[in-house]
Amino acid sequence: MSSDEPWHVPIIRALKDNDVRLVVHVPDNVLRPLIEATATDDFFTSFAATREEEAVGIICGAAMAGLRGIVLMQTSGFATLANVLASLAVAAQIPALLMVSERGTMGDFQIAQAITARAMLPILQSLGIEHHTLTRLDEAQFIASRAIVQAYKTQAPAALILSPLLTRNLPGRPSAGAA
Amino acid sequence: MQRRASNLKLMNRFDLTCRLVSHLKRDEAVIGGIGNSNFDLWNAGQRAQNFYMLGSMGLAVPIALGVALAQPERRVFALEGDGSLLMQLGVLTTVANRAPKNLAIVVWDNAMYQITGSQPTASAGQTDFVAIARGAGLENSAWAADEKEFDALVEQALAKDGPWFIAAKIDGSAPKGQTPREPVIIKDRFTRAMAVKPLSG
Repeated sequence: MSSDEPWHVPIIRALKDNDVRLVVHVPDNVLRPLIEATATDDFFTSFAATREEEAVGIICGAAMAGLRGIVLMQTSGFATLANVLASLAVAAQIPALLMVSERGTMGDFQIAQAITARAMLPILQSLGIEHHTLTRLDEAQFIASRAIVQAYKTQAPAALILSPLLTRNLPGRPSAGAA
Repeated sequence: MQRRASNLKLMNRFDLTCRLVSHLKRDEAVIGGIGNSNFDLWNAGQRAQNFYMLGSMGLAVPIALGVALAQPERRVFALEGDGSLLMQLGVLTTVANRAPKNLAIVVWDNAMYQITGSQPTASAGQTDFVAIARGAGLENSAWAADEKEFDALVEQALAKDGPWFIAAKIDGSAPKGQTPREPVIIKDRFTRAMAVKPLSG
């Protein structure tokens, strides 16, 4: 691992190490380097869905048929998901992998993002969904990889939240992602 | 095959579901949408390759798309009601642009939210699902005028490259029973069935 690599590079390694080949996203500017990296790499099948709920349905179907997938979304998109998580992924014990760029905190100017950001963790907690917030470049691959392993071993959904501490370029921290 | 939704024969969902299942000879996957769509699929004869949705209204097509992408060698059907499809119309554009050859979408259109008290849906008014599907980019979209034509469309979807969109006007008959509320058992059985290579030929 290089200390000056962009934040999405260890995430890509974690996805590849765990054979997560299907990437379905609803676009987000913070996620852009990760979306672009998966779209230009033949390892992945990467495309946009019209809604986050649709994307979760797609990766749940794929997971049951042997293809590992992940949904990329922003915080406000996560807030649309309570029903599908409760009545499909949690109820049927499907290892749906979610990756959320954490908006609405640490200076975000969008008030809608700020309110949904406060709702996100309570929603995950009340549904009993394993979740981790990634803040450091030197921890990102380890946490992402282990969360994926656990989701499949325990047949349960899992959420990885990408903090601005990881995705913004902060001097003095081992994080060098493009702002 | 191009035809308006008006003046089509009202058929019966259970009868058409039995007809569909009778055509399945190669371990095809079937995703039964929430409510009466999966209840009649259950009562048409349980198959391990069927996934019965007990929640997540509107997601039969997305789930079927995920299965189709995972297993291009297996044919996959999504059975969805009109109210459910209206919840997730955007997925038709996703299917059209991914264009999985092995996916067929079947819509049972009784123009009502039957299970919640038969409130009218948009297709009781001006809305035509085949016109929507064509507009989304699904060229192989058709109304089945009668049972014979439904059989022919299913045979076509099994034999030729898709994606396919087949819509049928159905009556207001109640489903033949209900699916047991066992999501983990349903998922486990389906997952194990998907791990077995489908019959070829």
